[in-house]
Amino acid sequence: MSNNAEIINVTIKVWRQDGPTSEGRFETHQQAISTHASFLEMLDLLNESLNDQGHEPIAFESDCREGICGTCGVMINGRAHGPQKATATCQLHMREFSDGDEIVIEPFRASGFPVIRDLAVDRSPLDRIIESGGYITVNTGAASDANLTPVPKEASDQAFDAAACIGCGACVAACPNSAGQLFTAAKIGHLNLLPQGQAERWKRTENMVETMEEFFGSCTNHGECSEACPKEISLDFIAFMNRDYLKAKVKNRALTGQK
Amino acid sequence: MAQTPNQRYRVAPLRPRKKSWPFPMNIYQTAVGRKWVMALTGMGLIGFVLIHMIGNLHVYEGPARMHEYAETLRTLGGGLMPRGLVLWLMRLGLLGMFGLHLHSAITLKNMSGNSSEEATLIGGAKKYAGGRQHLAANYASRTMRWTGPIIALYLFYHLADLTWGWWLGDKFVSGDPYHNVTQSLSSLPVAILYIVANIALALHIFHGAWSMFQSLGINSPRYNHLRRGLAATLAGLILIGNLSFPLLTQTGLISEDNRECPINETTGLACLVEQAEGH
Ligand code: HEM
Ligand code: FES
Repeated sequence: MSNNAEIINVTIKVWRQDGPTSEGRFETHQQAISTHASFLEMLDLLNESLNDQGHEPIAFESDCREGICGTCGVMINGRAHGPQKATATCQLHMREFSDGDEIVIEPFRASGFPVIRDLAVDRSPLDRIIESGGYITVNTGAASDANLTPVPKEASDQAFDAAACIGCGACVAACPNSAGQLFTAAKIGHLNLLPQGQAERWKRTENMVETMEEFFGSCTNHGECSEACPKEISLDFIAFMNRDYLKAKVKNRALTGQK
Repeated sequence: MAQTPNQRYRVAPLRPRKKSWPFPMNIYQTAVGRKWVMALTGMGLIGFVLIHMIGNLHVYEGPARMHEYAETLRTLGGGLMPRGLVLWLMRLGLLGMFGLHLHSAITLKNMSGNSSEEATLIGGAKKYAGGRQHLAANYASRTMRWTGPIIALYLFYHLADLTWGWWLGDKFVSGDPYHNVTQSLSSLPVAILYIVANIALALHIFHGAWSMFQSLGINSPRYNHLRRGLAATLAGLILIGNLSFPLLTQTGLISEDNRECPINETTGLACLVEQAEGH
């Protein structure tokens, strides 16, 4: 990283849409920006000047701005979260761009992600998937002793890799099929790998997969999701989910207590 | 954002869950289950294509051996089964696999298209105005939906050509595949058609044989690195074997110049049988 900030001029071609049912359009703006600025800071500055000129600022989402909450995803030049690998939009910096670049910014696209306004999309179908099985059952009351449940190192490592998913929806946006496989597989994998997740394992897998299919497309194993993922979740979890799904279907439900 | 209860489910399911069919049919109702079917039938079809290619290598042993091979297929099961029964059972199995593979492919493709309607669809493919760089998807994976139908059309052409003899007319001699193959493939346009179709088939298998492992959840660090190689080897072997037939017919290596037996369904076939036994 160079310490010398440079000011670059970029052309921003951004999707504007007043509401879920309005027609959308692209708008073009010029913005001078320091290469030390983050991508979202660039949008903040652009919004300030839009505001000053009496225009509506561009609606986009962000919260933590440190790459962990998953709210900030947009398509930048046709790539979810922009050109830098394993980086959420909020962690992207303008030094990834050059003077004179045109930057096309669009919302994440999928029928399951309708546009709310401009770049903000409704990703609540991901919440529907979590509600349908992304939980475990524990006793409430006094907290149990730490380390009471032994977890094999390998399982905990794998589960941790899956749990890195921030639920941003980049996988769905990048997928040519708008499939929700990588997100769902990460959430299922996270819990199905751990001892605490075993009780609901089969019911969880079945419910989450089937809820996913109510909203999203069918996976064809292109692998675009994993490339787009800011946390580089592996396709291996999708295979794991596919296997657990069929197992879930053939389990003796009376014996697993998961009718 | 404060939400009232009926605002909570703003995004209605695109395809609400239907009533479940009895097990095991309910597996086919879901996309993940349907991909299992697609993968298993694909695996069966790859097995067929591979054996079919290897069997056809008998043309390199001449008309008599080729006739003998065709006869073997008809008399599988020996004296226990009526002539042709096993062959017909295999054909039914293939037809079933083909039908399921096709049905799952078409319905899942529609499901994906219908899940991408908020995006710009160009030729059925999801596009962004900012361009679409494919980072992981390769040529084979992106063209599955083209290579598939090409294979289906070719398959029909191929059956009409060498099984039913529609295009060869009077020149078609049932039971003498060596003759039929040379007749058909010595025409340049037909040879080109076979070449193009088999390239499509190889591309399909190159992605399919890899994708299959994912769909079936066959995934382990011990052999994951072998999956691409296996898919490439399968596709490559099938491609080389199948391309050799039109190519070598065109260059004259497969020809009827040295043929000793007459070309007809009576004395010709009897002569071929005699020749094969004489070897
Ligand atoms: C009628 C012709 C065919 C059509 C329309 C067709 C179509 C398709 C489609 C659309 C896919 C899904 C692609 C994806 O998941 O990315 C697929 C997968 C596959 N096809 Fe075919 N196909 C045909 C014939 C064949 C044949 C003849 C073979 C065998 C040589 C074959 C082997 C496979 C395999 C192994 C898969 C992978 C299954 C998976 O992804 O789990 N297909 N096919
Ligand atoms: S704003 Fe939280 S991940 Fe980007």
